[in-house]
Amino acid sequence: MSLLAVGDLDVHYGDFQAIYGLTVTIEEGETLAIIGANGAGKSTLLKAIAGQVTPTAGSVTFAAADITRTPPHKRVPLGIALTPEGRRIFPSLTVEENLLVGAHVKRTGPWTLASVYEAFPLVADRKERLGANLSGGEQQATAIGRALMSNPRLLLLDEVSLGLAPVVVEQIYAALPTITGTGTTVLVVEQDVNQSMKVADRVQCLLEGRTVLEGRPSDLDRDQIASAYFGI
Amino acid sequence: MQWVNAIIQGILLGGLYALLAAGLSLMFGVMRIVNLAHGALAILAAYLGLVIVQATGVSPFLALLAVVPIMAAVGYLLQWGVFNRALSMGGLSPLLAAFGLAVVVTRLLQLRFSADLQSLQVGSLSVASITITDQISIGVLPLITFVVGVVVILGLQVFLSKAPLGRAMRAASDDPQTVPLMGIDNRRVYALATAIALATVGVAGMFLGMRGNFNPTYGDAMLIFAFEAVIIGGLGSLWGTLAGGMVLGIAQTVGAQVNPAYGILIGNLVFLAILAFRPTGLMPKAVTT
Repeated sequence: MSLLAVGDLDVHYGDFQAIYGLTVTIEEGETLAIIGANGAGKSTLLKAIAGQVTPTAGSVTFAAADITRTPPHKRVPLGIALTPEGRRIFPSLTVEENLLVGAHVKRTGPWTLASVYEAFPLVADRKERLGANLSGGEQQATAIGRALMSNPRLLLLDEVSLGLAPVVVEQIYAALPTITGTGTTVLVVEQDVNQSMKVADRVQCLLEGRTVLEGRPSDLDRDQIASAYFGI
Repeated sequence: MQWVNAIIQGILLGGLYALLAAGLSLMFGVMRIVNLAHGALAILAAYLGLVIVQATGVSPFLALLAVVPIMAAVGYLLQWGVFNRALSMGGLSPLLAAFGLAVVVTRLLQLRFSADLQSLQVGSLSVASITITDQISIGVLPLITFVVGVVVILGLQVFLSKAPLGRAMRAASDDPQTVPLMGIDNRRVYALATAIALATVGVAGMFLGMRGNFNPTYGDAMLIFAFEAVIIGGLGSLWGTLAGGMVLGIAQTVGAQVNPAYGILIGNLVFLAILAFRPTGLMPKAVTT
């Protein structure tokens, strides 16, 4: 039984259809990377899994329970945490308060203030600072830490590298083995193909709301990915 | 010396205004709801106190123990049943819902209690005072009101900055779309915020009734004073609301010292001056979102 099974999912924004009959499954402990160009439906998929958008058809099943219509705040206690697009750090709260809000549901597990600070030294150095006064990299690290504070079974990471300097992206991805090492299942959405090939057990490439390529990084070559990514 | 007295009385009056404005400030700060029913609800609390005092014969202070939780429950249900829906409709809906609520509450009070002036009797306490000098004496009841006002604002401030629920309220104020991703139900956080706001309204309404007369339409004036205190202090800042209450109170009593007819006028002029020259208020929120 997969931890997460998204089956034949359709998502519309008004008249515009973002996702067409998409199927995604993740096994417990696996790291899946969803790659694709702008507008491929990657973020929409994550929003449907986290409950921020309601699909028009299809189902989302998590740990054998149908959560297609479950509101987002009831998915967090089940063990789903999303690091949203744009990070969405609470600007008037300090970094530490942001992390504590993330721990609101009180799921127990390996992640505490101390272990988040250990995994992200970037965050530890800034814990008294207001969210409004963080750099992009600090925001991203705080957002991941905040999601981890709920001790999720499934961590959804949206566009981790977007708008960040390569050296900062490296720093943030350096924490990923620590996260997966605790048994957490990770679904990462990326535009940066090289980065996701490095961290993922499996890669699924989307184009205009449909899967066009799927496989283990070692089984895929650059040309295959490039043609799937750009649809050529 | 009489000016010193006017300022002292103004500070004490400011405590009442701050108490009155605390809930308005909280609701605006957390949910961006301008609760136009705030004054009417304060008067509702005063009548609730009156009914309890008349039915049981207890002192108004003891009646507070019933009024505050009842008002908190009213707040929870009001948010759940009315304001959460209005918020989801967006735009002016919450403002209009509050306006309608104010009209309904005022008219119902008139139907039930008529327009006669009422007050909550506190016996000799209403005239008790502490003499400082020949010309300055401090009323015990205004002093109690002031202390309660400061304690309520202090308590709210500590709650918002330290308690997990207070933290969730600040997060919801910053970014209501992201809060559910933390496993927090916005609607419940909002309902609890309004419950707390109306608990403070309950206290404010009772002190209003103990300090003077009231009738169902007094809510309008109270709404304006509370609103002015919030704006003078700076939207969304509780310390600002306390300062705003003081400034308004002092302006009114000093104005009344010039000419008894000028008190409220001077208060309004100070409010307009703040709006014109410092529209963000005395202590605006440090972070704007």
